[in-house]
Amino acid sequence: MKNLSTIMLAVTAAALCLAGNAAAQDKEILVAGQCDRTGATQIVGVVICPAIQDYIDFVNSKGGIEGYKIKYYELDNEYKVPPAVEEYERQKQAGAVSIALYGTPQVQALNQKLVEDKIPGTSPGFGISASADGARFPYLFPVAATYWSQGAAAIQYFKDKSGGNLKGKKIAYVYYDNPAGHEPLPILEDLQKAEGFELRSFAVPPPGVEMGAQVIDITQRYRPDFVIDHLFGRSPSVAIKEYKRAGYPLNKVLGLVWASAEADIQAAGGWPVAEGYHTLQFAGAGDEYPVRQEIKAMYKAQGKEPPKGMMADTVIYNRGLLIAAVHTEAIRNAIKAKGGGKPTGEDVKNGLEQIHDFTLGGLFPPLKITPTDHEGGGWVQIFQVHDGKFVKETDWFRGYPEVVAAAVKKAE
Amino acid sequence: MLHRESGIFKTSYPADMALYPLPIAKWAVAAFAGLFIVIVPLTLGEYYVSILDLILIAIVGALGLNILVGYTGQISIGHGAFMSVGAYTAANLVVHLGAPFWVTIPAGGLMAALIGALVGIPSLRIKGIYLAIATLAAQLIIEWTINHVPAISGGVQASIQVPRPSLFGVQLKTQTQLYLFLMAFAVLAIVGTSNLVRSRIGRAFIAVRDQDIAAEIIGISTFRYKLWAFAISSFYAGVTGVLYTYYLGIANYEQFQITVSIDYLAMIIIGGLGSILGSILGAAFVTLLPIVTRWFLESFGGLIFSQADLANIIPNLRLILFGGLIIFFLVVEPEGLNRLWRNVRNYFRVWPFSY
Repeated sequence: MKNLSTIMLAVTAAALCLAGNAAAQDKEILVAGQCDRTGATQIVGVVICPAIQDYIDFVNSKGGIEGYKIKYYELDNEYKVPPAVEEYERQKQAGAVSIALYGTPQVQALNQKLVEDKIPGTSPGFGISASADGARFPYLFPVAATYWSQGAAAIQYFKDKSGGNLKGKKIAYVYYDNPAGHEPLPILEDLQKAEGFELRSFAVPPPGVEMGAQVIDITQRYRPDFVIDHLFGRSPSVAIKEYKRAGYPLNKVLGLVWASAEADIQAAGGWPVAEGYHTLQFAGAGDEYPVRQEIKAMYKAQGKEPPKGMMADTVIYNRGLLIAAVHTEAIRNAIKAKGGGKPTGEDVKNGLEQIHDFTLGGLFPPLKITPTDHEGGGWVQIFQVHDGKFVKETDWFRGYPEVVAAAVKKAE
Repeated sequence: MLHRESGIFKTSYPADMALYPLPIAKWAVAAFAGLFIVIVPLTLGEYYVSILDLILIAIVGALGLNILVGYTGQISIGHGAFMSVGAYTAANLVVHLGAPFWVTIPAGGLMAALIGALVGIPSLRIKGIYLAIATLAAQLIIEWTINHVPAISGGVQASIQVPRPSLFGVQLKTQTQLYLFLMAFAVLAIVGTSNLVRSRIGRAFIAVRDQDIAAEIIGISTFRYKLWAFAISSFYAGVTGVLYTYYLGIANYEQFQITVSIDYLAMIIIGGLGSILGSILGAAFVTLLPIVTRWFLESFGGLIFSQADLANIIPNLRLILFGGLIIFFLVVEPEGLNRLWRNVRNYFRVWPFSY
């Protein structure tokens, strides 16, 4: 009998929750998000998704956006495609006006559906590079440097570092052997012709935890002047360890955006091991940004500790803030454009296309998203590992924007 | 399907081989067809239909794998790759030649059958776990090939956009339209398999599975039938790949990695090896279990955990539950859901008496 009454209570409570939800729904906007907290890329997912939730809680704690509360509806796709499709349908049914996509194959699979359903999706730092072209991919928003822009920025950085001339220099491109890993290759090859450097690429087969042979090949035989690491998951840390073991100076190595988090440094054996390693970032690294302090204050006001990932992995956490902030800002633009009305997916798409000079105190680059440029410029910053933290080396810059733009155009 | 015979009165081989042992079986099938072809798409919402779409695709693949593993006793961990063969064949045909689906689907299947038969050649010499490793090699080789040959993969991204199929000039866009489209192929696969296993070829498969030396002695060419099994099974896998491609609008080999092969093996082992109904139940079970556990946790988890914790707990707990339930079902009935269903049926056959 006791059991029965407990169940009854639970059912009543659930019913009440549902009823409460229905009443609140008029003034609530649903932002969907997919995540991977359990699959191949959980190392990123467990930090980036709570960050999105934190930012949305933060926005709500400030009274929401133009009188609307934002609800973040996250589902875990385990970095697999069929669950991602099923979850997308679920989120669509729930009434999501925008979606934070997760994973390159998932972006590929959902791209066509986004257009059909008129729901804008963001894919910062991953996804399809050609989707910077807003005319061809109207509902896909990279909102941060694509793999093409990242590759170009890496070359630009080396060029500046070696005195504006790359002629005769040797560059090694080490990449995870999957489509995302291949993606910067065409840009690098274009730049090789233009700049006259020598380029050799080294594939690391998945899962990328064994790369002793490649590193010896790079450091002992090829002896490049610079190395670009385009690796994912566990492999960036393995690479750092192997370079160290081979005695290759880490200040000649640059990790692209998914090889550049605190977790990678920790897994490689800690900050002293990785001393000198350069990282490419599309959102700022570190704790010195006003919005982070405000989120900490929000947690303090609730009498809670900020989440572990917020301090332990600032790089990934800050990217989560970028994703959330882009969505909320787009919704703000959409509501304003509608004169206070509840926005649809199409309105939010237009709102995204109006985002410009929204940097949240220097945490993000000076994004300028337009109907034709969904990448917002392709800005990056370089940070270097120094004395136990990431030290900013360059300000926001773009690498060969005209070469990337030409590639985007050619991809049609 | 749902009938209860009063006894076995079969006196001839045709009667024994008949698809419908009793007239009522025919009516039951018709009722099921009516339910799933007319009532379900008209009444269910788009989201629920989209889940059924995924199940229908999985049914085709699970049936194919069951022909190989369940009926012929061979094993393959390369079915994910065979699906990608079908997917890329179809995608290239669509993109370069503008081929319609009634060309691409058989073409994708045939190409996969060809590759599958090639991969099946080692099965003549090796068995069991050794064959598993040989097919695993096929999975990796095919993945690598697609990843590195732009002529197949359509460029460095290894993904080819494919427009949705059109029928009589109407492009099938909504989930319900796609549901009916996929249903047609799932039905073809089910009917095809149920006829195949009652035919000479199917009986030869079963003979090879039960004792291949004995099968050879009674005059069954194990060489030919093992390769047939691989080819037919891969044909189904190829068709599954094409259906995925049409459903998602893109061919991308990252959708067909080794976890997919394992998922399909899980489907037929949970559903029941060597059974058509088992393949269907297994496909539905493996597709639905994560969705249902998530739905359950979303609805009632909030009573125990906070919303922020829940976002972390649901995906992890779901994996634990998924693994736990698979073990539970296998312990309760190692012969799968199909056997569980038969046990239930046998119980009710004599109900209310115990014998």
